[in-house]
Amino acid sequence: MELFALLGDFTVRTVAIGAALVGVVAGALGSFALLRQQSLLGDALSHAALPGVCLGFLLAGSRQLEPILAGALVSGALAALLVMVLTRATRVKTDAALGVSLSLFFAVGTVLLTYVQRHQGAAQAGLDAFLFGQAAALVPRDLTVIGIVAAVSLCIVLLGWKELKVTTFDADFARSLGRPVVAIEFVLTVLIAVAVVIGLQLVGVILMVALVIAPAAAARQWATRLEGMVLLAALFGALSGVTGALISASVRGLATGPLIVLVASALVLVSLLVAPERGLLWQLAHATTQRRSLRAHRVLVDLYRLGQAHDDPSYPSEQGMLDAYFGGRTGHVLRRLQRRGLVERVEHMPEEGAHWVLTEGGREQARELLVPFGTREHDGGGLA
Amino acid sequence: MTTMAQVTNATGMHEPSYALHVEDLTASYSGSAVLWDVDLNVPPGVLAAIVGPNGAGKSTLLKCVIGAVRPAAGHVYVFGRPYRRQRHRVAYVPQRTSVDWDFPTTALDVVTMGLYGRLGWLRQPRRRETDEALEALAMVGMDAYGERQISQLSGGQQQRVFLARALVQDADLYLMDEPFAGVDATTERAIVELLKDLRGRGKTVVAVHHDLQTVSTYFDWLALLNVRLIAQGPVREVYTAEHLRAAYGPRVVLLNAGAEQPGSAAAAPAAVDAGERRAPPLD
Repeated sequence: MELFALLGDFTVRTVAIGAALVGVVAGALGSFALLRQQSLLGDALSHAALPGVCLGFLLAGSRQLEPILAGALVSGALAALLVMVLTRATRVKTDAALGVSLSLFFAVGTVLLTYVQRHQGAAQAGLDAFLFGQAAALVPRDLTVIGIVAAVSLCIVLLGWKELKVTTFDADFARSLGRPVVAIEFVLTVLIAVAVVIGLQLVGVILMVALVIAPAAAARQWATRLEGMVLLAALFGALSGVTGALISASVRGLATGPLIVLVASALVLVSLLVAPERGLLWQLAHATTQRRSLRAHRVLVDLYRLGQAHDDPSYPSEQGMLDAYFGGRTGHVLRRLQRRGLVERVEHMPEEGAHWVLTEGGREQARELLVPFGTREHDGGGLA
Repeated sequence: MTTMAQVTNATGMHEPSYALHVEDLTASYSGSAVLWDVDLNVPPGVLAAIVGPNGAGKSTLLKCVIGAVRPAAGHVYVFGRPYRRQRHRVAYVPQRTSVDWDFPTTALDVVTMGLYGRLGWLRQPRRRETDEALEALAMVGMDAYGERQISQLSGGQQQRVFLARALVQDADLYLMDEPFAGVDATTERAIVELLKDLRGRGKTVVAVHHDLQTVSTYFDWLALLNVRLIAQGPVREVYTAEHLRAAYGPRVVLLNAGAEQPGSAAAAPAAVDAGERRAPPLD
């Protein structure tokens, strides 16, 4: 099969493994960024990495991943610091501070990039790949670096799991337990920055934030626990990475980075639509079912009360009268109830309209519905 | 009123006869004082309410105790020692609205967080911790909701989950920030029972409270705060028209005409400034 042939190709395999590693780390740490409402910080971090990439290249004098990653991390951290200083010391709000910081660093980065390209021959070094990402530039040595960084980050998350969770959920409570909350938040921000930085070469500074946020946003739709969310986000990240890499390898001229982001976005779209409880379609279906059953209950109770009023439990009620009682058309509701065996249609007098009576089962259900709210067992909410 | 005498005994304890002892506490947000020179002494075994208008520094006072806000000056002692040496004896319940209830987790998991202090950094909760957390959930009538997503709980149920997290800490001093805010009548009654049960077991509770009408029925000890400490002591002595006016200003509305006499303990304020009027239950 073509897929196996693709994976047999050395370059494709390198890119796919790299994309999977980046996806796992981005998904796992993106979950924390999402829950801490730091998605935009991720964007600022990735744009702000550009000057660091150029400076790392200038200082090392060659295109090696380590100095470039370190430079990206430092300039990203400086941008995050600028955001913090702006929001604390001035009246500038967080969104504006993020915008200012992001564009300032990105502008500096672009200036540096053009300078490097003119004077250092960066085009050959593939430095411009960091703008939009260039998967083909990934070499096995880069994989080792990315692999080590990924392993260390995931180990930190695993070891500090409880503390990361309690700090993300309730920082004041974590403080009351004596946890060094500022330090934990700092570590988290650095880890998120690391997740952004290791994907730069593959996806580029402009789109990398999508790979951090999208798998987490998709996973949030399905997960009920933080454990599940982080695992699923890591899986979604890896899936996006590998799928994007394979599509790009099989169709000539399609860039890997944007494809990875498109796959991740597709996962978000599907999750937003169909996830149980939180999905739009799920909620729509749920609301429709609820409305239907509410209507059915009203009609049952109306029929029952009409029977009571006439001292005849099997009193045949005219459909027009039911319409008036109900305040709308009841025909389709009655037909659904008939299919469930709760009402029966009777021919009262041929020249008059349809008449309906409750079956034994229908009367039983109406009686249950008439038990006052709050006294039924399954209403719950009370205290033990 | 309690004495202001400062005693440090031979064991290095500072005012060990108080569950909570706050000395000259001053705290500020961006330059302006939120708390000014507050001295507070809460004896053990009481249900204490901290009451005052909006922005009086009530929540900040609790946050200073647990070290979430660094005071500009002053000291805090819990059972005679600094807080950092007494953490295991204190349980803090933040305001319910201070966290994102859409966080992906279950009620049981939140309650288990109360045991993280005991577990330390690396040990993970096991069967024993889960059992303890379930027991705490049962104490607030929420045992059937352990596996429920916290986003699906009502406001009152969320508050009870927070209280269960404090109960599982098995502390001697409970610090609660507005435990009655935005809860239904059932939960309010449940919390009152819980507080009385804690007092019965010799525990001390210090709660930020905003409803003047229920202070004297729910609590037995009162501190009136408006940046400065206005008065502190048993509710009967502190809950007077004079003190309330000092805390809330002359616009405080008193229901009971008899309360107009200075020093009367029967004052029953209906409401204070519009901003402080009690919001209807949310659920």
